[in-house]
Amino acid sequence: MTLSVAAGRVTYRVGRGAVSGVVALRAALLAVLLALAAFGLFVLSVATGDLALPLADVVPALVGGGDPATLFVVQELRLPRALVGLLVGVVFGLSGAVFQTMTRNPLAAPDMIGITAGAQVAVVGGIVLGWGAGRGTQALGLAGAFVAGIVVYLLSLGGGRGATGYRIILVGIGVSWACTSLTDYLLAKALPYQANQAIGWLFGSLAERGWHHVRPLALSAAVLVPVTVLLSRWLRTLQLGDTVAKGLGTPVGAVRFTLLIVGAGLAAFGTAAAGPILFVALVSPQIAQRLAGTPAPPLVGSALAGAVLVLAADLLSRYVLTDVGLPVGVVTGILGAPVLLWLLTRANRSGSGG
Amino acid sequence: MSTPARPPAGRRLPRQFAALAGIAAVLAALCLISIAVGARSMPLGHVLGALFDPGRAPEDELAIVRGLRIPRTALGLLAGASIGLAGALMQGLTRNPLADPGLLGVSAGASFGIVAAVALLHVSDFYGYVWFAIAGAVAASAVVYVLGGLGQGGATPVKLALAGVGVTFFLGSLTSAIVLSSQAALDRYRFWSAGSLAGQEAGTLWRVAPFLLVGIVVALSIAPALNSLALGDRMARALGRRVGLVRVTGALAVTLLAAASTAVTGPIVFVGLVVPHLVRLITGPDYRLLLPFTLVVSPVLLLAADILGRVVVRPGEMQVGVIVAFLGAPFFIALVRRRSVAEL
Repeated sequence: MTLSVAAGRVTYRVGRGAVSGVVALRAALLAVLLALAAFGLFVLSVATGDLALPLADVVPALVGGGDPATLFVVQELRLPRALVGLLVGVVFGLSGAVFQTMTRNPLAAPDMIGITAGAQVAVVGGIVLGWGAGRGTQALGLAGAFVAGIVVYLLSLGGGRGATGYRIILVGIGVSWACTSLTDYLLAKALPYQANQAIGWLFGSLAERGWHHVRPLALSAAVLVPVTVLLSRWLRTLQLGDTVAKGLGTPVGAVRFTLLIVGAGLAAFGTAAAGPILFVALVSPQIAQRLAGTPAPPLVGSALAGAVLVLAADLLSRYVLTDVGLPVGVVTGILGAPVLLWLLTRANRSGSGG
Repeated sequence: MSTPARPPAGRRLPRQFAALAGIAAVLAALCLISIAVGARSMPLGHVLGALFDPGRAPEDELAIVRGLRIPRTALGLLAGASIGLAGALMQGLTRNPLADPGLLGVSAGASFGIVAAVALLHVSDFYGYVWFAIAGAVAASAVVYVLGGLGQGGATPVKLALAGVGVTFFLGSLTSAIVLSSQAALDRYRFWSAGSLAGQEAGTLWRVAPFLLVGIVVALSIAPALNSLALGDRMARALGRRVGLVRVTGALAVTLLAAASTAVTGPIVFVGLVVPHLVRLITGPDYRLLLPFTLVVSPVLLLAADILGRVVVRPGEMQVGVIVAFLGAPFFIALVRRRSVAEL
């Protein structure tokens, strides 16, 4: 294995060049730091609560050691919530990075192009029509997001040129607004207690999450995250525009279809588990891109930035703003927006500024 | 995208003007229908009578037409034109098809202004809200513009768009936080945020009309500059445009238009997002045609939706915001699919 370092990048070759690649040092360092931050917040999230646990007890309890009382609090009460927070952040961040790179538009997150809106209309419809109890909400959110993603893809096909990124955005806007207005209509039709339940879900929350929320999310993340990372090579060529990507040998149509399904799937499972925590998918890739100094959102960095954002917002909502009782979906905006704005203002080159 | 089959611009213009005149005629007809239709409908003959021969019209019809229907129709006309124009400007300034009039933080600032006025300052007079909404919108867009313009390179489209999204979500979160903890603010906010033309008096219209008219004039005046901007900042500069000045003027026009109309009608964002895309299918990317067309097409959409909202659930009403998005979206998707879209 040979390594060479130049201009902040490490080039590695294994064997006689059969496996090789380039790692940007700054992006790698950022990923490590974000991972550490996410782990720290995760442990803190498990340790803090009505019964504060010392960190020395929490870490063994995570892997099944310690006294039964601590074990119960950690494994049954706090771990599911922290895990949902972590995983939701990861899938939203990754999903945003996929859509923003694929469409070459920093505003293209699942919240903006119809996927989240599809989940919203399905869940609110379920609540208003009376099938929204318990796990039904998860299933409906999942189905709504997937159907919306597929509808966006199918509608942006045709016209002989296939689904270009631009067309996906425009069709996504249309689908998103049709769903949103339907949600508004359903909310206006709903009985007061139904409207309260629906609005509670619409803000996105990590309260009262159990293992039945964690399992589908963890399974889907275990499949979709590696698939996304494997697709990243093609994602990077797609960033250069369709013509160049085709010239470099990327099967543009197939790749775009796979990416859309994967991105929608990530957002769908996240929304099913925690509700539409808006803004995470949009802002995490942009924060990661600016911190890493890369021309496009780094996938691993975006996922970890999402996790840090959601976990930090959850901690803040539970222990700093206790008397207000804000859902996590409100706090992510208060926490994430200033970070993005601060990064924007200290951009000293037009390249890193956008 | 260039389509070589098109005739040269000189022969195309008369057709464009004919189309513009046709749409304006549709708009005039919609205005009459909007005055005629409502909880108490009246035949068009009576409407014309009340409008042009008020001496002989019955007292009650005159009261309805003058007191309710004309202010509402005029508001739809002005607000529709403003919000559409603001959307077209925003898309031109940020060169982003996802840009809507709210992207500069205007809608979020207006909502925050209203909610803060109700919850923190206990304002309950309706005219009070309008000023707080305008103040919030102006402050938010100023913050967005300053933040987006810091650092080398000035207010590039991407920085502007991202700063706008950041401020929008930040204020949106604060608004939600206040709304979740104050019942009075929630009631007022829900009424406003649905987006409606109903229940406005002529006085409100007079208060916001000057803002809107100035905004429209400023917007139309920078159309040629937007064309240069579409070629990219460097090209625009090479063509002799003062890019920074164009952006500030454009942002000012968007703020005037969107702030004043949003303050009164609530966020009817969809019109501003979609109409410019629709119009681009007719006119192509030339802002000198795009802006005037947007000016007449947007109120057509808004008034048609408002009339429909008054008819479908009689004697009640459905909010215009809901109808516009629900009916407009499929139509928009169909158009996007049928024609090759002119990219920004």
